[in-house]
Amino acid sequence: MDASAPSPAHTSRALSLTLAWRFAAFQTARLPLVPIAIIALFALAAIFADVIAPHDAQVGSLSARFRPPAWVQGGSAEFLFGTDHLGRDVLSRLIFGARVSMVVGFTAVIVAGVLGTALGILSGYLGGWVDQVIMRVTDAWLALPALTFAVFLAAVVGPSEMNIVIILAAAYWTRYARVIRGEVLSLKERDFVRLSIVAGCSKWTIMRKQILPNVVNSAVVLATLMLGVVIVTEASLSFLGVGVPPPKPAWGLMLADGKKGLMAGYWWLTVFPGACIMLLVLAANLIGDWLRVKFDPQLRQL
Amino acid sequence: MKRFIVRRVGYAALSLVLLSFTIFFFVRVTGDPTVLLLEPGASRADMEALRQQLGLDRPLLVQYWTFLSQIVRGDFGQSFYYRTPVLELYFSRLPNSLALAVVAMTFSLVIGIPSGIVAAVRLNGWWDSAGKIFALLGLSVPSFLVGLLLILFFSVYLGWLPSSGSGTVWHVLMPAFALGWYFAAAHMRLTRSSMLEVLGSEYVKLARLKGLPEALVIAKHAFKNALIPVLTLAGINLVLMVNVAVIVETVFAWPGVGRLLFEGITFRDFPVVQATVVIGGAMIVVANLLVDLLYAVIDPRIRYGR
Repeated sequence: MDASAPSPAHTSRALSLTLAWRFAAFQTARLPLVPIAIIALFALAAIFADVIAPHDAQVGSLSARFRPPAWVQGGSAEFLFGTDHLGRDVLSRLIFGARVSMVVGFTAVIVAGVLGTALGILSGYLGGWVDQVIMRVTDAWLALPALTFAVFLAAVVGPSEMNIVIILAAAYWTRYARVIRGEVLSLKERDFVRLSIVAGCSKWTIMRKQILPNVVNSAVVLATLMLGVVIVTEASLSFLGVGVPPPKPAWGLMLADGKKGLMAGYWWLTVFPGACIMLLVLAANLIGDWLRVKFDPQLRQL
Repeated sequence: MKRFIVRRVGYAALSLVLLSFTIFFFVRVTGDPTVLLLEPGASRADMEALRQQLGLDRPLLVQYWTFLSQIVRGDFGQSFYYRTPVLELYFSRLPNSLALAVVAMTFSLVIGIPSGIVAAVRLNGWWDSAGKIFALLGLSVPSFLVGLLLILFFSVYLGWLPSSGSGTVWHVLMPAFALGWYFAAAHMRLTRSSMLEVLGSEYVKLARLKGLPEALVIAKHAFKNALIPVLTLAGINLVLMVNVAVIVETVFAWPGVGRLLFEGITFRDFPVVQATVVIGGAMIVVANLLVDLLYAVIDPRIRYGR
């Protein structure tokens, strides 16, 4: 156990035990087809939202408020999943909401990943005071739960999709930095890195050409696993009213609206956006598990 | 060992100072609180007077220094909005948060530990698969969604439980379940893997060789040891539960410290935000530090590691 690594011994042990099972649990040589299909479906919905959405997602007609789904009595085929308190079509909002979730989720995961990986490599390879500074900042960052931190930041910068991406990246880069730093610490003792030093490569070249390619796999796996977390956080922020600003159709916002009609029994306003969040996150987690097992031969033998 | 403790305590203190620094300056970026505190038509002079009264007209570094030196003396200042000491506000909310966290923890352990044990004992069996699905759902279904679905089922359809507020035992059940949901899955996963590790150990083999009935081996020899890491994690998680409940508290209108922080942010009540964040951060840092030190006492390899 590296004493300068702030990760407490118990958590890392608990974590490795837990992860080992989680990932071994879903190990399979085959592609996880169902999760991939789910992600693809949401991706298609997000890309072609303008074409497939049957109605306007932001403007409804007040004469068609709180229509139930088509198969329930009082529903019509015009609004397949019903309408909300402003008479907006739930299905269309779900389709456009997929765009918000996917764009925010993927961008945030990538921004956090690039930032965290870069800092993790610098911290792990350079060591010394650079390592100290980066790790102490990471510590302070981790003293707050990421969600609390995100809520706080969101209130500071105000709601917009761009800001949400920055906030999520700011809240989650530490995860990458920690993991990547740990890997770099062991990589830099390996022969190929030592040979590069002997061959006279600069630190910068070694980090870029030797270290980076060897941590990319971990970063990608981590990113896939983080996708679910980030999507849930975005939905939480929107639900609290500090995420995506209101007329836009985000799933978290739809749930916040749905809550107002919950006691009146308008269940479709809660159940459908909820199901979308759940499906997308579930699929992302399953793909993350699969990638992890695929990239890590040690885990496969568990 | 002494050096190890000193270094760890130093790091923890440094984390908290960095955290307080970050929060202090970020919260001041949200805008001028006097705009929200005064009537819309208030004059320039009124706003200036209020700023002076709240001490907001002084240079930022001076304000930060005052803030830090006050904390050391256990004083977190007065709320801009309620005009009462922040600590009083905090401690009026804390019991609610603790009650919620304790019930949520009970749920998570009552669900997590037995299902983890069964999954480990019936490895790769039906129970194990069910456990895997539960663990995956626990990670994938956000707590506020669980909360909303609970309201839909228990309050709207069955009419058994109150959908929001606090006061009776019935009020705490749904928010606690929603909060404990994620942690139940986490506790279950850890119980399972910890059980598996212990079941493969020499002394469990010996207990079996002695001819003890399997039930006794599991209950007495394996379970006790497997529980140690689970309870450690539960300790940390209890502290986390107090501090991450903001969204569950919002769904159920539960008056805990999470809501206090959120209201503080909305009203730009700087002292309230600073206090909740710093106290919450301190709780987490101290809990982690304690576990770290405990493990170093138990396992010398950790403290001599480097």
